[in-house]
Amino acid sequence: MIRLEKVSRSFTVGDQQVAALRDIDLDIAAGDYVSIMGPSGSGKSTLLNLIGLLDRPSSGTYRLDGGDVTDLTDEQQAKVRSEKVGFVFQAFHLVPRLSAAMNIELPLILAGISPAERKTRVAQLLKNYGLTDRADHRPDQLSGGQRQRVAIARATSMHPAVLLADEPTGNLDQATGKEVMNLLEQLVAQQVTLIVVTHDPAIGGRAKRQVRMVDGQITGENKSSVLP
Amino acid sequence: MRLVDVAQFASGSLRGSPTRTLLMMLAMSIGVAAVVVLTALGEGARRYVVDQFSSLGTNLVILLPGRTETAGITPGMLIGQVPREITLDDAEAILRSRAVKRIAPLTIGSATLSRDALNREVVVLGSTSDLLEVRHMSIGIGRFLPAGDIHESTSVCVLGNQIKRELFGNEQAVGQWVRLGDRRFRVIGVLAPQGESMGMRTDELVIVPVASAHQLFNTSGLFRVLIEAKSRDAIEQARHEAEEIMFQRHGGEKDVTVITQDAVLATFDRILTALTLAVAGIAAISLAVAGVLIMNVMLIAVAQRVKEIGLLKALGAPGRQIRALFFAEAALLSAIGSAAGLALGYAGSIIIGQVYPALPVSPPWWAVLAACATALGTGILFSVWPARRAAQLDPVAALAGR
Repeated sequence: MIRLEKVSRSFTVGDQQVAALRDIDLDIAAGDYVSIMGPSGSGKSTLLNLIGLLDRPSSGTYRLDGGDVTDLTDEQQAKVRSEKVGFVFQAFHLVPRLSAAMNIELPLILAGISPAERKTRVAQLLKNYGLTDRADHRPDQLSGGQRQRVAIARATSMHPAVLLADEPTGNLDQATGKEVMNLLEQLVAQQVTLIVVTHDPAIGGRAKRQVRMVDGQITGENKSSVLP
Repeated sequence: MRLVDVAQFASGSLRGSPTRTLLMMLAMSIGVAAVVVLTALGEGARRYVVDQFSSLGTNLVILLPGRTETAGITPGMLIGQVPREITLDDAEAILRSRAVKRIAPLTIGSATLSRDALNREVVVLGSTSDLLEVRHMSIGIGRFLPAGDIHESTSVCVLGNQIKRELFGNEQAVGQWVRLGDRRFRVIGVLAPQGESMGMRTDELVIVPVASAHQLFNTSGLFRVLIEAKSRDAIEQARHEAEEIMFQRHGGEKDVTVITQDAVLATFDRILTALTLAVAGIAAISLAVAGVLIMNVMLIAVAQRVKEIGLLKALGAPGRQIRALFFAEAALLSAIGSAAGLALGYAGSIIIGQVYPALPVSPPWWAVLAACATALGTGILFSVWPARRAAQLDPVAALAGR
């Protein structure tokens, strides 16, 4: 599904080149559940942005779903993001002026899907995530857990093959965090490839594959066959 | 993304910050309203002048003594001779031209009009029976000056409507005698009320036969000769022949001026159209200012909504879509702003029309069109840069709010 070969990414800070990722080789199969853990500054978010096509590698190649996506134009990148990738952020990133339902509908609107189709999909998503009675509430009228549920519903509205979560529980208390993780893990059962970036071992430890990063390099990998 | 959705999304983000949106629309609408009102005023002034000239009569050529332009030194000027006056015979001679339909000689002066104890100062117009036709006047009661020999000084007069009311009230005026200066005149008619035209209130005039006026003011020269040409095409010929006749009668000297109503009208028309354009141009500057304001606010909006733009990109919106969204916002703002401005402008024009009923105030269609086009144009033009900026944001940095 995802294949990174010798991928590096460096930034220019002032007049210095800072390497955020160095020669990353990573293979992730469809339907995998992978967590990427490491201290802050280890490059795990940069890796996630690369996988999500929000960024480009400085060198190396990236193949997604069989196709080379290393050198796509902005427009092509956007199309791939729209069709194959869903994002869940630590800060939720809901549009404050839009209702929960409208936030969930946003990717469908951007993709130009017909209003009738949008309506049924949004209604289904609201139902799936227990948000039906919150549909018309704006984000500031929702709890943290509800907001993240809206964000997950939004991320899955286009039926992406890959779901990328960057510290999805970072702004939530433990109980709500667990609830959110459960929702994400249910998606794995539906053959969605889930990649979670976190520095919390309790969250990262839930994944079948756990990739550890330090200083822009993958330093180790655990495989656990049992979900806690 | 569907067009309807683009519009909906843009209007949603406009509604998201109502104060900002209202202020921008206000700026836009004031600009458009300024163009509409100012051009309406300019156009009103133009039409006012045109109407005034038309009310003077149709196909008019006006003959006046003296020259308004110098043509070198004439022998007469060396001995201090003033331009020769136009006499009644001169006026009659002009009728020889085949292009001339009729003429009305004019002598003007002021005298005291009295009836019993009532008296007032009035403007006295000496003319002939043809004046009624030439000047498009209409008679209310009685009849106008009798036709006949233009040298005959009969003691009859026609009163303006207001003069009649002041002197006679509701009494019958026709047939009564009034005193004008040191002569007695019999009232034979009263003019219908007709208001003002070219600064002369016909309601406050007293009209007497031209020969009587000459005796009254002890003069023999005419103030003007109004010449009506047979048709519009004959105006130029009438002008030329009148000039020719006067040239011959005045011993080969060009000491009269002949102006045509059309020429004067065209000049005024040109001046006032230029004025209207200039005023519209000045008003359009306020539209440009509104455009700059829109750019400024859009730039702020881009800065404020960096995270939202980052999110839209993460959700799969390409740069051109984000550009389209910001364009749509600017276009919507300008469209609603100019609609409000049009309403405001028309309301303003109507109010001005109420306050100055004499002025036919109405914004010309070209100005309305230009104002709206300029508003939309500047709105969209000035949003190019902010929209580009939004579209080019790096999604990772934008999501982090940088």
